[in-house]
Amino acid sequence: MDADSLSYIFLNAAIINNFVLALFLGICPILGVSGKLGTAFPMGVASAFVMLIASLAAYGINIVLGYFELEFLSLIAYIAVIASAVQLVEMVVKKFSPPLYRALGIFLPLITTNCAILGVALFQTSYEYDFLQSLTYSLGAGAGFILAIVLMAGLREQVDLADVPSVARGAAMSLMLAGVLSLAFMGFAGLGG
Amino acid sequence: MAAKREQEPITMDTFLSGLWRENPVFVMLLGMCPVLAVTNTTENALAMGLATTFVLVCSTGLVSILRDFIPKEVRIASYIVIIATFVTVVDYAIQAISLEIYNALGAFIQLIVANCMILGRAEAFASRQPLGKTLVDALGVGAGFTLALLCLGTVRELLGAGEILGIQVFADGFEPWVIMLLPPGGFFVLAGWLLLFAWIKERQNQRAAAAKEATADGR
Repeated sequence: MDADSLSYIFLNAAIINNFVLALFLGICPILGVSGKLGTAFPMGVASAFVMLIASLAAYGINIVLGYFELEFLSLIAYIAVIASAVQLVEMVVKKFSPPLYRALGIFLPLITTNCAILGVALFQTSYEYDFLQSLTYSLGAGAGFILAIVLMAGLREQVDLADVPSVARGAAMSLMLAGVLSLAFMGFAGLGG
Repeated sequence: MAAKREQEPITMDTFLSGLWRENPVFVMLLGMCPVLAVTNTTENALAMGLATTFVLVCSTGLVSILRDFIPKEVRIASYIVIIATFVTVVDYAIQAISLEIYNALGAFIQLIVANCMILGRAEAFASRQPLGKTLVDALGVGAGFTLALLCLGTVRELLGAGEILGIQVFADGFEPWVIMLLPPGGFFVLAGWLLLFAWIKERQNQRAAAAKEATADGR
């Protein structure tokens, strides 16, 4: 498969180089919100939505800053756009689903500091993707993020029922689960390549 | 708690709590992404730790100076812009100092912006404390972060390549555990450290409980 083709970019972002399990981006929400499947999925969708906005905005920012030769401001511009997009999502969730808003709690505003989202903006810039490629890349990254957080939540719900030694409860167990998932995803390396 | 702290003078404790008792990585579980991503060698871990510490100290210092001028409604956005400014500085500085390290760390230097630990310290500590205390606290937290990165980096490099800082440790017959340098290794090593600390803590609690029981029986 051609490395620049849209289908390859999507597969690459979603599975082969999964943002969470292969590139270590967005670990905080994965550890924080993946306790219950019911909150994990909306969290994944909200993050994927912000990723899409951030990716489109970053594409525009690159053109504008390139025109004025102000590339050193790009990082500040990206993060400002992401922060505004998160504010937007927060208002929408608060208006349409107050229970979900309470369940996500502090992690909703923390989408701003989800490095997966800034990562999409930075990587698509360094790969020099055009508009359609950027769009596909961010959709793939979002799909990969949802996949990872839902898989983690499913595993953690099962582990809750198991008899885990008390020292391993909580973060250590989640990290081991993530490690096993990451091992499984390594099997996808070379897919389509 | 914040109101009580304000009267307290700067002590060694301000520094030490960030370094150990409230270690950002092992206890608070903040800023995990760089911890896992760039710790495949000790050198990268050290560079990342120092870069993050620099950003942390500078940005919390500036937040502390400006804490009376930043309106409450836009404080998070202001903090983020301050942090992004210093990250840009570090980004160009590392590029100038060592291109090799810059390429090894890749996008993770710019991703320091999204390190929730820095925003957390700015919001929870620097926004209500005077400059001196903020700087000491930031140095402590930064040192704790660097320590955690080194803990992971040395173990992963030792097992994954048989080296520390590029110096061979094991004899030639050692078969490197390549998995330690790959993503799953990061998760497993961090889980291992957390298990170790949880085990130590549980032992301490058990011993304290036993001691308490013994004194209660004595009476």
